Amino acid sequence: MKGKSFFGLIKPQIVYPSTATAASDFKRMPAPNRATFLIRDDWDKTDKAPLKVGDVIKTGQKLIVSVDPSAYAVSSITGTVSDISPFSGDSGQNFTAVTIDASGEETPDNSWEAAAEQATLETAAEYLDALPGAPGLARFLKSEHGIHTLVVLCADKDMLVGTQQHVLTSQSEALKSGIRILKEITGIDQLFLAVPKDRVQGYGSLGAEVKAIDQKYPSARPRLVMKDVLGTVVPMGKTTEEMGVAFFSAEAVAAIGTAYETKKLPTKKTLTIIRKDGRRSLLETDLGTPIQKVLATLGETLNEKDRLILGGPMTGSAIYSDLHPVCPDTDAIMVQDHSDISFVSDADCINCGECVRACPVNIPVNMLVRFLAAGSYEDAANLYDLYTCIECGLCTYVCISKIPIAQYIRLGKHELDRAKAAEETND
Amino acid sequence: MISQKKLIVSHAPFLHCGAGITERNYNILLAALPAALVGILRFGIPALGVVSLAIASAIGWEYLFNRMAKRSISVGDGNAALIGLLFAMVLPATMPWWAVIVGTLIAIFIGKQIFGGLGSNPFNPVMLSIAILMVSWPALLDFDGMLVNYDFSFDAMYPLKVAKHMADLSPGAIDRYTAWNLLLGNQVGGIGATCGLLIILGGIYLILRGFIRWEIPVSFLVGVGLTAVCFNMADANNYAGPAIHLLSGYTLIGAFFLATDDASSPVNTIPMLLYGLLGGFMTVMIRNIGAYVDGVVFAILLINLANPLLDKIRPRAIGKVA
Repeated sequence: MKGKSFFGLIKPQIVYPSTATAASDFKRMPAPNRATFLIRDDWDKTDKAPLKVGDVIKTGQKLIVSVDPSAYAVSSITGTVSDISPFSGDSGQNFTAVTIDASGEETPDNSWEAAAEQATLETAAEYLDALPGAPGLARFLKSEHGIHTLVVLCADKDMLVGTQQHVLTSQSEALKSGIRILKEITGIDQLFLAVPKDRVQGYGSLGAEVKAIDQKYPSARPRLVMKDVLGTVVPMGKTTEEMGVAFFSAEAVAAIGTAYETKKLPTKKTLTIIRKDGRRSLLETDLGTPIQKVLATLGETLNEKDRLILGGPMTGSAIYSDLHPVCPDTDAIMVQDHSDISFVSDADCINCGECVRACPVNIPVNMLVRFLAAGSYEDAANLYDLYTCIECGLCTYVCISKIPIAQYIRLGKHELDRAKAAEETND
Repeated sequence: MISQKKLIVSHAPFLHCGAGITERNYNILLAALPAALVGILRFGIPALGVVSLAIASAIGWEYLFNRMAKRSISVGDGNAALIGLLFAMVLPATMPWWAVIVGTLIAIFIGKQIFGGLGSNPFNPVMLSIAILMVSWPALLDFDGMLVNYDFSFDAMYPLKVAKHMADLSPGAIDRYTAWNLLLGNQVGGIGATCGLLIILGGIYLILRGFIRWEIPVSFLVGVGLTAVCFNMADANNYAGPAIHLLSGYTLIGAFFLATDDASSPVNTIPMLLYGLLGGFMTVMIRNIGAYVDGVVFAILLINLANPLLDKIRPRAIGKVA
């Protein structure tokens, strides 16, 4: 799909695509007859359970699965709950999957209408965190969160994805009101709009200072935006929030704007579909729509031994089933044909240095991978900067030996975290 | 959410640029081949024999070691063939068959495989093998002695030997070698090491394709040139000028094909420049002051040795704390 140029002296520049071509065949999908919502919470099966199989759910109604909920979803259809089951996500995250069968007619839920009268952080966090784009307003509920700057990221973090850029062009009015409301409810006035360099013109009226980000992958990843655009380097082991900067996707802010303007919770998610032949399609669908249905709309086939990826090609996660729903943070779905899947090899590092030159944070990957392969995770972290890795995947993309470097790095971090946790319990 | 279809699941990233070890080795082979072919044309059937035997035996040793060590067969990646070709390119055309086979045995076994195979070798296998042969059978690598039965249309003295003994020879002996003639390969030397023009073209091809880094050959040649100029300026009667040093012996093949070996050269920019400069400097030092006629072999082994230390000079990782 994306290859090395014939002249290798010219560095493989992986450029974020412009959405202009993909936007021409923008599709809107009809409401699904069955939708599934993944809620990052354990299902409470007792009599006090807030949600049971057979319950009638209205469009825009909050779905809560435990008495003391830590997460929720917003239903995009009206119907009855047909199944509630636990679901294990990427890296062992626990979810509860709630499946709703549509009843055919749409009844809107009114609880948000009353709450939307007054814009406060508490009500917003209570209703809006499961909107398309996953705003994550709960970050501001902690006292002394220390966040002083907001960044609305109107570029896509992964390559080949054009979702946020499309939202920037198609929903700029909603984005404008979203920015205004966000400033109002958080009380933070410093808000930047991070826009791809080629589209910097024309967004000055949105009520935020526009900053340009480079179009070379991975410049739109929050840590690099912090370094290149805001001039603050995030030290390893710290989050951008700990450095006082909260990132929002353009879609999340637009959804907040729409929720207050229309007094209805928006449940339409914009998606980029990266197809087997490399074509990219933009499409709008309801949250909870099974991916199977999305692919069927486009006429994309999925066969045995193909790969289905939530998110982009560099940082997404491969999933087991095409019944997996579209979630608030699913910006892209990628389908890879069996014949296009490049497998890793067990060859050793030949020390060519491509990874070192590709690394955006100057990690000596050639040395790091030797220590990781040997299982010396402590040395990898202390001597060769394991923890400064931002997991962009570029080293693995360019690796001549086809070593699964990114996997080694994740394993190394995971093992060290586990060892640390074990030490803490021993103390 | 159980799907009937079994999908392939793995961690990100899901794309690869498509570059591979095999492609890399075959391209380096391709780039080295023209210079070797010109050598075969010049030195005739004996040269063809040495080249063929070197490549074949290198592949054979590699296969044997793979079987002995019960590892996967790595003959197909082209690296053994590349070692064989480069090894043959620095030999005189009349090298006896047993020396070729012993040489490739040393290169593959001691130079490469006992350290763990491709990528783990601390020294360039070809240079290590040549160094051992040079020390063990010096006469076999004396080009004037080995090529004595050839009737060349050009001056059949090994240029570096003339450069070494300038003080003892009649003044102006070194001036018989013009840069253009040396570049075209009108000189005595290794089978594939004489035709400078084709080696440079091959090197440029590799640099453009990204298979070798320009920093190493360029700094190596700058190192040779600068050091030679210094010596020449100090005593023009005793020390040859930069053209002789740059265009004869193993300088060009060393700069473009041997010093650039991935495993034994640095990956960061400043270390690459230092590595090349140091190699060039040591080459001329050994040629002018040391005991050996050509210094490239030991110079490259020395910089291979310095490589891990040099590569510690690297930019600080962004976000690193203390």
